[in-house]
Amino acid sequence: MRRYIVGRLLLMIPTLIGVAILTFVIMRAVPGDIVELRYAGSNVPQSVIDQERALLGLDKPLWEQFVDWMTALARFDLGQSLWTGHSVIEEVQVRMPLSIELAILATLFAVVLAIPFGVIAAVKQDTWIDYVIRVFSIGGLAMPSFWIGIMMVLITLTLWGWAPPVVFTPLFDDPIANLAGLILPAIAVGYRYSAVSMRMTRSTVLEVLREDYVRTARAKGLRETLVVVRHALRNALLPVVTVVSLEFAFLIGGLVVTEQVFNLNGIGKLLVDAVTHRDYTLVQALVLLLAAVFVIVNFVVDMVYVVLDPRIRYS
Amino acid sequence: MLRSRIAPVLVLALVLSACAQQAQQPTSSPAASAAVGEKPAPGGTLTFIVNAEPPSYDGHRETTFALLHPIAPHYSLLYKFDPNDLTKVIPDVAAEMPTASADKLTITVKLRQDVKFSDGTLMTSEDVKATYDKIIFPDTAKGVTSPRAGAYAVVSAVNAPDKNTIEFKLKYPSASFQTNLASPWNFIYSAAKLKSDPRFYEKNIFGTGPFTYDGNTKGQDWKGKKNPDYFGKDKDGVKLPYLDAYKALIITDSNAGVTAIRSKQAMIEFRGFTPQQRDDLSRALPNDLAIQEAPWICVNYVVPNTTKKPFDDPRVRRALSLSVDRWAGGEALSKTTIVKDVGGLMRPKGPFAQSDAELVKIAGFAKDGKANKEAAKALLAAAGVPNLTFKFLNRNIATPYEPVAVYLINEWKQVGITATHDVKETSPYQADLRAGNFEVALDFNCDFLDEPDLQLAKFWSASKAGKGLNFAYYDDTKLDGMIDAQSRETDPGKRLTAVAAIEKYAMDEMAYQFPVLWWYRIIPYLNTVRGWKVGSNHYTNQDLATVWLAKK
Repeated sequence: MRRYIVGRLLLMIPTLIGVAILTFVIMRAVPGDIVELRYAGSNVPQSVIDQERALLGLDKPLWEQFVDWMTALARFDLGQSLWTGHSVIEEVQVRMPLSIELAILATLFAVVLAIPFGVIAAVKQDTWIDYVIRVFSIGGLAMPSFWIGIMMVLITLTLWGWAPPVVFTPLFDDPIANLAGLILPAIAVGYRYSAVSMRMTRSTVLEVLREDYVRTARAKGLRETLVVVRHALRNALLPVVTVVSLEFAFLIGGLVVTEQVFNLNGIGKLLVDAVTHRDYTLVQALVLLLAAVFVIVNFVVDMVYVVLDPRIRYS
Repeated sequence: MLRSRIAPVLVLALVLSACAQQAQQPTSSPAASAAVGEKPAPGGTLTFIVNAEPPSYDGHRETTFALLHPIAPHYSLLYKFDPNDLTKVIPDVAAEMPTASADKLTITVKLRQDVKFSDGTLMTSEDVKATYDKIIFPDTAKGVTSPRAGAYAVVSAVNAPDKNTIEFKLKYPSASFQTNLASPWNFIYSAAKLKSDPRFYEKNIFGTGPFTYDGNTKGQDWKGKKNPDYFGKDKDGVKLPYLDAYKALIITDSNAGVTAIRSKQAMIEFRGFTPQQRDDLSRALPNDLAIQEAPWICVNYVVPNTTKKPFDDPRVRRALSLSVDRWAGGEALSKTTIVKDVGGLMRPKGPFAQSDAELVKIAGFAKDGKANKEAAKALLAAAGVPNLTFKFLNRNIATPYEPVAVYLINEWKQVGITATHDVKETSPYQADLRAGNFEVALDFNCDFLDEPDLQLAKFWSASKAGKGLNFAYYDDTKLDGMIDAQSRETDPGKRLTAVAAIEKYAMDEMAYQFPVLWWYRIIPYLNTVRGWKVGSNHYTNQDLATVWLAKK
């Protein structure tokens, strides 16, 4: 097991290096650069454009820029944002708590909805309860979370003149203001995300309920709740955990439009701004960071499998 | 049972409410920002929206309003625009208006002696000299860049003969130099800070303005608090600023900005909203909203690339301009986007604008759109391109670039021209402009001042002073001479005539590049905000010294 864990951890290194190379190449292939954007529409002479490019190291050959970046990376130096001149770490630090908190809240909301409803839909298969839950979950899949967000803001604004705070308050500064800012986006995102997990829970529970050991449990005279919760649900959870975990990893950096709608200063918005600005160092660092989150979450999920299913052993 | 009834009722309520809103007419409040006789009330925190994040904090290096709105209140200028009359320049850290020597080659400025930086040190002429040296003669070897150095090319030296006097030595008399001293970007910096690190101001704030820096959260907000040592006073001798503090909220999505004002989390956004957003806010806040509007010194240009055929032919370029009915366009587009007035190279109704009677004599500006289109067809036929087709490069900004481009394409279609809308992100769009990689493009220009030297900057020859600015890529020594002559002309009447001749030559005879419609600035805001007037640009009048909040 230990050898397996070490092996998995070491495998992360080439994966992340691959991501780094790919990001570097793709960003340079996109036309335009940060200096063009910085002075867009201004009457700035060519000489200033050239000076700014030199200042940011954009006049160097590509291979030299790549070597500089990889050398810095080896020292765990993610560099400075070309747009603001501040360190990438500083830029990320400000946004990360919000993105993590929103991802946790949305995941909690999704799981609280998805698992009970998914199980109920499976147990009550083809009854009106199942149909209602299926319509509810298909609704979640059909409506983009940003649209749900816009509707929620419009409803609260029209009915009560209230909109979520446009400024993020850290949890430990003021928990109520913090929750007021995140509750609507968490519901908007969590509902859509719950729909995927709900359908997954329903189908896996349905499959497990037809297994021999469930029939045995029922034959032993166990109560139905016990059969479903202890015997069926636990064994049905493996694919659900995978979906929930990967969605969680996605939520850290993937809520671009929702962040825009609620004016949330999160990682997704930072990444899109960085791409728009052609802020190479920031984009490279953020993609690397998000790739690392995915790799780590994947690894954790593999470890959780062992806990959930004692039959699974890694060697 | 009750729950099952809530959702339909809620939906019905929303639909009815939306219908009721549709039926109402937009309400416009008076433009005045303070009632007659009202006394400014001290205190309070102004909350306003900025719809982009400033890159660095150095006003000398950047060109975006996103820097000015949150950061300008920390700094003073040598001169500034009068917040009560935005066409007038008044002293800021200067003690009086500048004086010129008899040969007009030395401009002398006396400085106030009570101006302090936020650490209490006195500002002297050394600080002003260091500031202007950085702007006009940037030390590029130390990584200092100055996009506005060219605007002060007339200056040969900046001297500080004594600690309260500053002198600008000019190479030749300049009509615009004194007004250019009120550039909102020319923050007065500390000589000591610049000496220790010429790039200190890229990441730090240290000024003499009405507000001191009180922190910021990247991508979210920027805070300033009242500077107790600020030198400014109002006409009654009351110390400025009136506000205790301000908070700039960075809200990049304009609909989120409307929500912030509608929910009263923000009071104002100083750049502007669209007509629909103004109307939405008017309906939602009928008793709490004021609106100010003004013509804007911003305009979109159609820029044919004269190095590409057939755009090297003036007849084709004239046809492009002639086919556009600007008067009808202004009326239609002003209902949905932020363009309105028809004008030449100078802002309509501005101090250098030609009258409509003169303007209509220029190709493409006559009011008979049908006759213009017939003339355009004839020119295209004469040039041998009756069915001209080209790609029309544009920026992917919804307001006003896209509607303006769609309008142009439709107008051109009516004379047989097929233009394909080639929309690109700002960075590649700008790269294409700079590389000449386009046939016809929609360019734009925004300035802080009605001043021919600024508005004509794009018209210099592309291989000379217009390098990197003139995207029509022509060289024309005659036009260069005309622009240079108006710049040196210190007689206002003669200068006006010279500018009118340039407009006739550049837009009509040669039709190098031509304006479509001038922008129009619309500022809906909570009516508790007083002491701020909309101007013809979104760069000046942002130090917030005279802004105050009415108690309700």
